[in-house]
Amino acid sequence: MTAEQTSEFAPATADSIADALVGFLGQRLKTKVALDQELFKSGLVSSMFAMELVVHLEASYDIAILGPELKLDNFRTVGAMTSLVLRLREAEGVSRGSAGADG
Amino acid sequence: MANHYAEHLLAVVGAGVMGTNIATLAVSHGVPVVLVDLSDDVLSLARRTVAQKLRHAQLMGALPPDRPQGELVTSVSLADAADATTVIEAVVEVPETKAKVLAEISALVRPDTTLISNTSCIPIDELAGWVTHPDRLVGVHFMNPSYLIKMVEVIRGAGTSEATLESVDSLLAALGRDGLVIRDSAGFVINRLLHPLINTAAMLVQEGVASADVVDGLLEGCLGHTTGPLRTADLIGLDNLVDSLNVLYERRQDESCRPCELLLSKVRAGDLGQKTGQGFYSYGRVVS
Repeated sequence: MTAEQTSEFAPATADSIADALVGFLGQRLKTKVALDQELFKSGLVSSMFAMELVVHLEASYDIAILGPELKLDNFRTVGAMTSLVLRLREAEGVSRGSAGADG
Repeated sequence: MANHYAEHLLAVVGAGVMGTNIATLAVSHGVPVVLVDLSDDVLSLARRTVAQKLRHAQLMGALPPDRPQGELVTSVSLADAADATTVIEAVVEVPETKAKVLAEISALVRPDTTLISNTSCIPIDELAGWVTHPDRLVGVHFMNPSYLIKMVEVIRGAGTSEATLESVDSLLAALGRDGLVIRDSAGFVINRLLHPLINTAAMLVQEGVASADVVDGLLEGCLGHTTGPLRTADLIGLDNLVDSLNVLYERRQDESCRPCELLLSKVRAGDLGQKTGQGFYSYGRVVS
């Protein structure tokens, strides 16, 4: 399941992550969101969906969002989520294009 | 006031959606919890669920900064609830099951242990017939997700004592919740209003008047509901919702509480809402 999911997103660049997120949000929220659009203040995203976003990003990009990174500020916009994914992938040493190999 | 978190030991009986919600709320507020259910498989899933809900609470900034997390112990033995200062019953919304569990708990605990039922709809006075100290029984209707919603509905049965209400106040203070107290009535305030609304919303979808997202969109957009009735139904769990509607219908004979066919068919298909990944809406992954 994860392998199939991740392979769609590799290689993970800022553009590809943002595009995939816009696609995911469009599918789930039935609306196209802008990269800098505030998802929570606008009421587009509920507290329950926020946790789905965490799980989605972790499974899609082979990252663990823990400790001080697990805060709403990192999920307020597509841009913030993209930065989070890039930051964590770099920190965890996930090499580009190998995301499909997780177990 | 004995509202310091370390003075409480909570037993939660039933490790489903609400049991894990309440356990998450308690341990996140430093209160140790014994979580009891029938099988190790259920408890193993419950431990993972609580861990995930604690992450959700952290994400939403709902963890109190001033205390260590309480210990979570899981057990298949109700006897492990015997030393609790408060026992919360959160088993399925089936009167016979609640009666059996409450009778067993009542026989195990000290006479001054507070017994809370998290029943959605069954009158507290009905449940009081099954316990040895009905003065210690009280209804506390935690919302879902309990660790994010501050307000709870407190139901004072005819026999509930003042000391029991004070004990509930102390526990709610430790858990950072606020309670509003009402008198006993099937469905209480919230579900007597909410369940017929959800059932009617499902009927509108069943009749083809509007899709689920349109029904919810209207209540959210026009009436300011944070979460529409059908997404709320998915959150509650459609099986639990049908059980609660049956309790209400049997006691009130109100046709708007007779579970509609669409709800029943989804339950038969195993599409129980967020917990199974499919209800009125599809969920990408099972979050908890």
